[in-house]
Amino acid sequence: MQKNIMLFVVFLLSVSAFSQENLEEVKITKKQKGIKKSYTLTSNTSLITSKELLKAACCNLAESFETNPSIDVNFSDALTGTKQIKMLGLTSPYLMITEENIPSVRGASQAYGLSFTPGTWIESVQITKGAGSVINGYESISGQINTELLKPLNDVPFFLNAYGSTDSRFELNTHFNKKISDKWATSLFVHGNARVAKNDMNNDGFLDNPLGKQINVLNRYQYYDPESGLVSFINFRYMNDKKQTGEVDFDKDRDRGTTNHWGSEINTERFDVSTKIGYVFKDMPYQSIGFQNAFNSHKQDSYFGLNLYDIKQNSFYSNLIFNSIINNTMHKFTTGLNFSYDQYQEFVNANDYSRIDNSVGAFFEYTYDNTDNFSVILGGRVDNHNRLGFFVTPRLHVRYNPWKNGVIRFSAGRGKRSANIFAENQQLFASSRTFSILDNNGKIYGLNPEIAWNYGISFSQKFKIFNKNAEAGFDFYRTDFQNQAVVDIMQSPQDVLFYNLKGSSFANSFQFEFNYELIHNLNLRTAYKYYDIQTDYLRGTFQRPLQAKHRFLGNLEYETTMNNDKQWKFDFTFNWSGKQQLPYTASNPAADQFPEFSPSYAVMNAQVTRVFSSVFEVYVGGENIGNYKQQKAILGANDPFGPNFDASVAYAPIFGQMYYAGLRFKIK
Amino acid sequence: MRNLILIAMITFLGFSAQAQTKKNKNLKYTTEVNGNCEQCKKRIEKAAYGVPGVKTATWDISSHQLAVILNEEKSSTADLNAAVAKAGHDTKEVKATDVAYENLHSCCKYEREK
Repeated sequence: MQKNIMLFVVFLLSVSAFSQENLEEVKITKKQKGIKKSYTLTSNTSLITSKELLKAACCNLAESFETNPSIDVNFSDALTGTKQIKMLGLTSPYLMITEENIPSVRGASQAYGLSFTPGTWIESVQITKGAGSVINGYESISGQINTELLKPLNDVPFFLNAYGSTDSRFELNTHFNKKISDKWATSLFVHGNARVAKNDMNNDGFLDNPLGKQINVLNRYQYYDPESGLVSFINFRYMNDKKQTGEVDFDKDRDRGTTNHWGSEINTERFDVSTKIGYVFKDMPYQSIGFQNAFNSHKQDSYFGLNLYDIKQNSFYSNLIFNSIINNTMHKFTTGLNFSYDQYQEFVNANDYSRIDNSVGAFFEYTYDNTDNFSVILGGRVDNHNRLGFFVTPRLHVRYNPWKNGVIRFSAGRGKRSANIFAENQQLFASSRTFSILDNNGKIYGLNPEIAWNYGISFSQKFKIFNKNAEAGFDFYRTDFQNQAVVDIMQSPQDVLFYNLKGSSFANSFQFEFNYELIHNLNLRTAYKYYDIQTDYLRGTFQRPLQAKHRFLGNLEYETTMNNDKQWKFDFTFNWSGKQQLPYTASNPAADQFPEFSPSYAVMNAQVTRVFSSVFEVYVGGENIGNYKQQKAILGANDPFGPNFDASVAYAPIFGQMYYAGLRFKIK
Repeated sequence: MRNLILIAMITFLGFSAQAQTKKNKNLKYTTEVNGNCEQCKKRIEKAAYGVPGVKTATWDISSHQLAVILNEEKSSTADLNAAVAKAGHDTKEVKATDVAYENLHSCCKYEREK
């Protein structure tokens, strides 16, 4: 711990050396909202701007949703420290996660993919609850998250962000941007992070956070010619991430493959190339054509104690989109073709699950907008997939503004996907559980494709209380699984079973939201969420494990009026999580049992940012300042190769309070 | 077969005859339309969309400019001006009738130019 503090101090000192830079420039910027909710869009979409992303401690996409009511951030396991997200109570495999409308977190990258996009690269994030559009594919069931990265043509020439925290994590983000000509611009983003010291705050002999190193480089080019209507992006990206977790005494060179000490390494290397070309027809601004292509290679080599897990995925994705109108812009349509190819080399211990998946599909989406108070999007697609077969995906979205500042929305849609059961549940490798697939007739690990319908309704209203802006709204969504690849950890603490759903499985989610500007520049955001997520397991019907039935989010933000480009910003977030169903452990000896339900708990985060000028700012903050810790994080921690070991159950923070500081510096 | 060729020729001739009038299928046309508020915007745009061949219509509250893309094969710019005026909004080309103006909601009663 002392070492951490030392590192932290050294880091802070180096920060102040930077702050002496003094650049003068005056620019008037409009006040921007952190989360924008549209009252005219047909789908239930909120836009997270870069301002909102700055509220979180850091650092990557997975961690940027802590102040967002639509998305719950969970702790995936006691080892990797990777934060998993959920929407409508369903984990990220049920979401369509895209980067600039190209599917990004899927297949092999499902578990850690969100942590591979550094926060500073992000321009904005659009979150759509419910079925979503058919344009990008058939896989989304509970929602879509699209990330837009900074655009080379309107970025600043240089940006630097440095960050350090008391859990000994350090980050450095450097952006370079150059206009090559009036039509071409390029950006180079270099991200590095490392966690260098071992932490064990709950004294169970295991690291609370993995040691890690990541290098992530993106080079992108943008072309824009307003006269010809031609737009293009070309991206190259390389990422290398190494994590080591397990017992504090584990030495990877000495102990790997032995039972001296339990340890795990997860090493990922990824390479991406993507291109986009778009053309807006001359004299017809409503008509355009776009062509996207992406290739990526994702390779994860890992072991969890004596469990070996290696996966390599080579993917190619191609999407051709044509947008136009029927008669006038009240009737728009989008149509096109997708093609995807995924080659997996997957090894679970001695078993080889290598395979090739490919699909080709066509979509058509019609939008009617009366330019006033009503719009509807009707979409459909047909796909032919070598494992999922030939199938149709319909989606519907309706919006109606019954009166001023009020909006009612309805959506319905079907989603279908093949569950990558090992990649999506790899935290379970960090246990003594035996993996068993109980079905063998299906085409995906012997299982059938997952099929679900999602229906949702929402209402929002803006109004004034004491002449201050207020907003209230609710939404209700239901997901009904026709088939699911059930992940059963309710049967026995020594097993994880995968099988096709027998019986019913559904997820109901209800959210009530209230936002209010308490006094000028002081904004309150609150949300209450209720989840009822039930699945028929072999042993009976249970709530989905590690899912709270009740959650509450409160966020308070205050910023002083900008004075000479100087400003203070304060942010406080309160997250309360009710009791959660825990995996079945009652057959274990008493010392190695979890209770049936976890206790409820609250986590508080706070942050202060001092803007010294339009080019320089410093921030400090704390996460989990109430210092709540999950008391028993790992079952059988004293005998990690014994039958009761389980490090996969994290319902609360393992690491207690954490403080951090960072700086942002720009050259304009 | 000969009939077919004849039909093809006639169609072809018909096409080329049309092409000679040089009607623009995607005419960009901007005109000034008087109005005040959000409600006016909706009414003006609705009126414009009611004209056959209007593909997009946007009225800007602050500049009072109505920008449309019009298929001249279906309607003329005069038709557009007439339709907007009929809804109660004076355009640069066509003035609304007093009756149409009086029918506007009170907040939409813009100051009329002489």
